[in-house]
Amino acid sequence: MTLKMPVPDEATLAGRAEIVAALRDIIPREGVIADPDGLRVYESDGLTAYRQPPMVVVLPETTAQVSAVLAWCHSRNVKVVPRGSGTSLSGGALPLADAVLLGLGRFNRVLDIDYDDRLVVLQPGVTNLAITRAVEAAGFYYAPDPSSQIACSIGGNVAENSGGVHCLKYGLTTNSVLGCELVLMDGEIVRLGGRCLEPGGLDLLGVVVGSEGLLGVVTEVTVRILPRPETARAVLIGFGGVEDAGRCVADVIAAGIIPAGMEMMDKPAIHAAEAFVHVGYPLDVEALLIVELDGPVAECEHLTAEVARIANTDGAVSCRISADDNERIAFWSGRKAAFPAVGRISPDYYCMDGTIPRRRLPEVLRRIACLSERHGLGVANVFHAGDGNLHPLILYDANTPGELDRAEAFGNDILRLCVEVGGVLTGEHGVGVEKRDLMPAMYSPVDLAHQQRVKCAFDPALLLNPGKVFPTLHRCAELGRMHIHAGALPFPDLPRF
Amino acid sequence: MMSRLAALRPTTIDELCEAIADAAGRGAKLAITGGGSKSAIGSPSGATRLDMSGFAGVIDYDPAELVLTAAAGTPLATVQALVAGEGQMLAFDPFDHGVVFGGAEGRATIGGVVAAGVAGPLRVSQGGVRDHLLGFKAVSGRAEFFVAGAKVTKNVTGYDLPKLMAGSWGRLAALTEVTLKVLPRAKLRITKLVLGLSADFAVKAMARAMGSQAEVSAAAHLPDYHGRSATALRVQGFAASVEARCRMLDAQLAELGALDLLEDRACESFWHAIATLEPLPSHPPLWRIILPPRRAPELMRMIDGAWLLDWAGGLAWVATDIRPDRIRTAAAALGGNATLVRASAAMRAVTPALHPLPAGVAALEERVRRAFDPSGIFETGRF
Repeated sequence: MTLKMPVPDEATLAGRAEIVAALRDIIPREGVIADPDGLRVYESDGLTAYRQPPMVVVLPETTAQVSAVLAWCHSRNVKVVPRGSGTSLSGGALPLADAVLLGLGRFNRVLDIDYDDRLVVLQPGVTNLAITRAVEAAGFYYAPDPSSQIACSIGGNVAENSGGVHCLKYGLTTNSVLGCELVLMDGEIVRLGGRCLEPGGLDLLGVVVGSEGLLGVVTEVTVRILPRPETARAVLIGFGGVEDAGRCVADVIAAGIIPAGMEMMDKPAIHAAEAFVHVGYPLDVEALLIVELDGPVAECEHLTAEVARIANTDGAVSCRISADDNERIAFWSGRKAAFPAVGRISPDYYCMDGTIPRRRLPEVLRRIACLSERHGLGVANVFHAGDGNLHPLILYDANTPGELDRAEAFGNDILRLCVEVGGVLTGEHGVGVEKRDLMPAMYSPVDLAHQQRVKCAFDPALLLNPGKVFPTLHRCAELGRMHIHAGALPFPDLPRF
Repeated sequence: MMSRLAALRPTTIDELCEAIADAAGRGAKLAITGGGSKSAIGSPSGATRLDMSGFAGVIDYDPAELVLTAAAGTPLATVQALVAGEGQMLAFDPFDHGVVFGGAEGRATIGGVVAAGVAGPLRVSQGGVRDHLLGFKAVSGRAEFFVAGAKVTKNVTGYDLPKLMAGSWGRLAALTEVTLKVLPRAKLRITKLVLGLSADFAVKAMARAMGSQAEVSAAAHLPDYHGRSATALRVQGFAASVEARCRMLDAQLAELGALDLLEDRACESFWHAIATLEPLPSHPPLWRIILPPRRAPELMRMIDGAWLLDWAGGLAWVATDIRPDRIRTAAAALGGNATLVRASAAMRAVTPALHPLPAGVAALEERVRRAFDPSGIFETGRF
């Protein structure tokens, strides 16, 4: 493990027995886990390269218990790491040796469904897919659909601002969340937003979503639901070159079409997926595009024909429109299985998550191919083409000494490349510990300090999920200083404006 | 000399930093303004104006990327004309407040629209400024230039500071540049009007339409439209789709009352009138009350005055002389909040424009504001 986490506090480690006892006073026995076997279950999240058993795990069931745990930890200067279902791909829920791991899994109830105002009130441990399951009989669904939606929790989605393949048309988690109940590190309970479209003051909810568990612990979430579209169709298009596929994506959007999803796979990803699911992906193409349209039947018929026409103009070598929903699902099955499919052709893979301006795609893929050669590791690319979110899957073998380090170095080079062309480090997986040390590639120290002072407003003692997102821990007092000499301007004689 | 100037008009980042540093050094307050189209909102303030019109011009616009970057002082009309020329739009549907205050349109800037969180009728289906502001550049109250967010449509790198900035009313930082998501403009726009519904029925009908597969993009209710109430449902998109969705709506609405149809230009001007509150009288104090849509009829029973409902009932515009505390109590009791948009200077001097927050949230908000503006340079007393 090359990653440096905050040095464990000796006094906290020495006081572990007392901490466990105090937590047992707050939460009934089975809700506090302190035995080594029980702790090992929580030692990592979806970023399994990093592991660290927590000091102790607590599984509260009520907001009052969460508040009491946080207030007690705050009073004793004990760190806390919140965790939903533990599916983060960036290490957002990676435990610390001297921190309490606060699991929200027992907050698993749907509290209220309001079809008139099209919203659902949930406890944070409800899984993403369970929201749709709860409302689908009435013809509704919850739009953000991260690949881990069977397992990932809405609380974790809020923390990470999770996306999915339908973001281009339907947005990320942040665009679907109306309100939350939040417990601050000192135990204070606040409600942000509510059941209406806009809050009264600053959009604090907006900055809590995607804050990766650093600002507070979400104990209730209100999300918007949408009527399920009448139908959906997919078009599966093969191209002889990545340039053609990229031009097709741009031309679809230029035609005023915002597809529900628009996914691209490169040749290694196509071959891995086809070998895994056998759905008839063309194997003689360099890039495969899946374009999904949803809405009324008349709209889907019109737009699928339009997309097919554009694809042919852009030099498509194959083009199939799904005849029915089974075929549409088959088109998607290879893409959705791309990660496990790549897992079959390589002992390990490392999934990256940068976003780039779409117009730079051909260049970025060429340079990733060069980096692949330089680092001596293979790569397969899947791409949310509509919104520019690129997922290169780096192939490596963790049992070969040095390969994990090389995979990480390769991944870091890819992310720096994304920033260089005008993109970002992460489109939907979060910074966590994984991209933490790359933050300076995208933000200056002044930019980062403006973000970190928001942390100070919520958690001035820096006890909540420390060591994540920001490469350097600055004390809040140090960040708060303002370096201005009263009245002493550098050039007092200059005429001003 | 400088302190006596009524306005500062920096044209470079360095000048802006210097102006803010100088104010910090003197303990002065700065009121950030764009075109001044919303200057009559909030308590009157004697603070020096920090005029951002010197930061103007579209910086980057590639229609295929669905992203536009403009300097904050660029006129809203310039941005809208540019994207319309490419068959696109700002989907949060911003409008110019000029006519709301009895003036002309054309002064609103894109930075002012972002800072005030201005979103029109399409907000109910397309999201607000918060949902379309991808990134920005600004100088905070610390006199430091900083960047947040990015110029791509999908980004979760670091805290989402653009959310904080949208609707912050110039209390955190002076925006110099904003990056917005743009979307294709619908090829065909149609509005169905159901005439003669009561507010209760109208809100139910709007909820039903919004929850249907007809993909209604805006929904409003006017109590008096040529002598009868009108409940308006907007459907837009490709022609084949609009026709199919209108048929779905007709099936739902036929039993409710007489139907009328507004197409294209008539549709556009109808919604522009809703956004700019043409149907409401221009004299009484004007309130913008945001609430859960299903509670809108209760609000109408609690408050006497001229009103209209937008956002399927989630936004009530009310022109009334009723006491502010009664309005705010009613809005809060229904789970909403009330902003005082238009009133006499005397009333604005004693009535906060923004709805007071619960103590815990107010304290948290204050700490967040201090994080960007430790000495309160932008706290002019306007809000």
